[in-house]
Amino acid sequence: MSREQEAVARARKAFQTGRSKPIEYRIQQLKNLQRMFTERQKVISDAMKKDLNKSEVGTQLYETMGLEGEINLALKKVKEWAAPRPVEKNLLTLSDTVYIQPEPLGVVLIIGAWNYPWAVTIQPLIGAIAAGNAAVVKPSEVCVHTAKVMESLLPLYIDKELYPVVTGGIPETQELLRQRFDHIFYTGNSAVGKVIMEAAAKHLTPVTLELGGKSPCYIDKNCDISIACRRVAWGKYTNCGQTCIAPDYILCDPSIQDRVIAEVKKSIQDFYTDNPKTCPDYGRIINQRHFKRIMALMEDSTIAVGGDNDESDCYIAPTVLRDVKPEAKVMQEEIFGPLLPIIPISSLDEAIKFINKGEKPLALYVFTPDDKIINKMKNETSSGGLLANDCLVHYSVSSLPFGGVGNSGMGCYHGRFSFDQLSHLRSCLIKQLKMEGVNNMRYPPHTPKKLGWARFFILNSVDLGWAGRMALLAVLAVVAAVVIQNYLL
Amino acid sequence: MVNENEEQILKALHQDLAKPKFEAILSELVILTNELHYAISNLRSWMQPEYVSKSLATRFDDCFVQREPLGVVLIIAPWNYPLQLLLLPLVGAIAAGNCAVIKPSEISLATENLMAELIPRYLSQDCYAVVRGGPEETKALLENRFDHIFYTGSQSVARSILQAASVHLTPVTLELGGKCPGFIYGHVNIVAAARRLVWAKFFNAGQSCVAPDYLLCTRATQDTLVPALRQALEDFYGTNPQTCPDLSRIVSPRHWTRLMNLLGRSKGKVVVGGESNEEDKYIAPTVLVDVTEDDALMEEEIFGPILPIITVESLEKGIEFINCREKPLALYVFSDESSVINMVLEKTSSGGFVSNDGIIHMSLPGLPFGGVGGSGWGSYHGRWGFETFSHRKACMLRGWALERLNGLRYPPYRDDKLGWLRWTCVIDSN
Repeated sequence: MSREQEAVARARKAFQTGRSKPIEYRIQQLKNLQRMFTERQKVISDAMKKDLNKSEVGTQLYETMGLEGEINLALKKVKEWAAPRPVEKNLLTLSDTVYIQPEPLGVVLIIGAWNYPWAVTIQPLIGAIAAGNAAVVKPSEVCVHTAKVMESLLPLYIDKELYPVVTGGIPETQELLRQRFDHIFYTGNSAVGKVIMEAAAKHLTPVTLELGGKSPCYIDKNCDISIACRRVAWGKYTNCGQTCIAPDYILCDPSIQDRVIAEVKKSIQDFYTDNPKTCPDYGRIINQRHFKRIMALMEDSTIAVGGDNDESDCYIAPTVLRDVKPEAKVMQEEIFGPLLPIIPISSLDEAIKFINKGEKPLALYVFTPDDKIINKMKNETSSGGLLANDCLVHYSVSSLPFGGVGNSGMGCYHGRFSFDQLSHLRSCLIKQLKMEGVNNMRYPPHTPKKLGWARFFILNSVDLGWAGRMALLAVLAVVAAVVIQNYLL
Repeated sequence: MVNENEEQILKALHQDLAKPKFEAILSELVILTNELHYAISNLRSWMQPEYVSKSLATRFDDCFVQREPLGVVLIIAPWNYPLQLLLLPLVGAIAAGNCAVIKPSEISLATENLMAELIPRYLSQDCYAVVRGGPEETKALLENRFDHIFYTGSQSVARSILQAASVHLTPVTLELGGKCPGFIYGHVNIVAAARRLVWAKFFNAGQSCVAPDYLLCTRATQDTLVPALRQALEDFYGTNPQTCPDLSRIVSPRHWTRLMNLLGRSKGKVVVGGESNEEDKYIAPTVLVDVTEDDALMEEEIFGPILPIITVESLEKGIEFINCREKPLALYVFSDESSVINMVLEKTSSGGFVSNDGIIHMSLPGLPFGGVGGSGWGSYHGRWGFETFSHRKACMLRGWALERLNGLRYPPYRDDKLGWLRWTCVIDSN
């Protein structure tokens, strides 16, 4: 048996003992996870610095703080989320108990990404634990140091049979994908997303795919350009542009392009000083392969700001490209780097047309003081999420579902959505064996009279409210008794 | 369309499955009418933006979820409830604002013909196209890109659907089947249980994805159950079920042969029924005992009027038996003891669960109807259908004020800024 097979088999066996199901156990594991972040902040930050040159504050701000919030939310709410959820009934089932019971799915596979390794690997894990599942955690091998830290730390705090960490690259992931899971949660790019979904097809395993795309950013010429550019610059250059919801490119009127460039330049200077290379708050490209990829994207566009780079350090300066054409290299794929192309566009309608020609993105940004423009954008385009007048921050609202649509993904999570995504919502109808007389109307031999009554009981086109329903039930019980006595027996 | 053409619809259903008018009206027309009423009355509220709770940092922002259509969806229906399983998903698709390509089953030919004729008369052909054909045509259809694929049918076909969907990253809903166990245990009103079981099993001659496929009970229970089943069958279908107008037929010669083959290979003992007639595609309501877990009847979903009874020694053994198999679409437990019901509920998993009855949970639009594991992925009915065919777009509208507050998150990063941010973000107004 391969190492991967063993880990999955052990997790399934552990799940079958039933120990991940009781609420107290889930809470205990989540508390342990919480403790890990409190106690091991330094180790986590050190690894992040080595992988992505993220500062200690940066790691907390963009990785662990969000997780702490999610764990707190889960601790507070898991009992409520896991409780039976009552649903409305029809006349025929008025005296029965009808509800939806959330249940664990079984063994979940979580495949993490390298750009916010803690956030995107652990947040699904929180949902998996809260929902009572076992989970095999496969951190991205690209963030080498962080993967090692996850592998060594997680087993010290949470049940290592139920939640094993399996590290490795492509062959190990492929071996994992040959095993049977009850759900696969993948964060990464669309190309690999397709491979994952195909592998899942074998076992009919449902998947959640958190993918990416080119998130457009429309800047209306009548907005406060200074504030808009500040927010966009922050959204873009955080983590060196390696964010699935980073504003990928800007669409704006040609008349404001120069102003936008100037304001973005100013924000870059405010954030990262005149020499971002020496600034501790500015990140690096994850590896040489991505460095080369991003550098090649710049080739056929005009650089307005930045452009300097250092391959040995995987450093690319915060860069703005001007007058970019739709056919340019930088517009052919998700940039995932610190290049901000500006495409001059003459109207909102043109911008919407342009956006709709591409794949549905994970996020869409629109900067404008005009509600009409926001509504038009919202109604005439589709995207995972839409954020007006800022970047990225919708991610932090745990009551909003976070996920893509079309090429940017399927499924969603955060907060209660993580719990529901990794649960089975089982429909339950609890009846008694009495009142069998009422059932007679549905049994053969069939008569037109019986049909009339059956239709009446099943058709539920009237909403009477509780009191109304109780009154109607009382009347019906009497009527039913009379009918049964006289006509059906 | 449904109201104006009731006669024709019933005729087509009778042609395909010898569906008794009563069954057809309840399980095809009434359930559809219900779903339509429900969608029409509630649609406006489903379409409204759903405002969500916020943290201190987002206090002055508008945060809501907006449902949007996905685009063009593909609905592939099976032959057993050819109207319901084609049009109920369509109600959800239309309610959510999509266009749809509708592919009825070619096996229930009369209904397929009727749908191809009627639907274009009532709905825009551009928006809701009916495509006819068999496996080849379906394969060709699947090469196209859809924004959602809704498939009701078998596991093996579902695998190829999922593979085709993965090429375009198309989300799917798979309504599959499996062997739905009926577990009778403990103190139980055997007459009532038998009647409900018989009704659920032999409705549509057992050709329902949620029919109780096989029964589990102790030997002692079996002794009282079999006569009760026999009695119920006689009450419902008379002493010669072949002449009873209230019993359906098997849909095709191929499926008739498949079922007869299973019956022939079974090592169980027939205690009720067993008669058949090939020309009429008729199989009598049949009950077998002494069936073991490796019997031919336990190899695949039966999908016919054959009911094997397997005896188990205890509640735990019964639960173990169920858990060794794929998660079914429905699980039925018959008992007067709530502790038995709760135990089975807690220790098993299934798409849906009903105690002391069968099938009827499908009629409740508030309950999501779908499977889990081998029995499917996703759900529909009522609002669940609307949600299945919608994208929930997370929307956040910020203002221009409070840029100072934003300052806390911009570089240069400092510990004190972090402290303030923690406070504003972590406090949940929940």
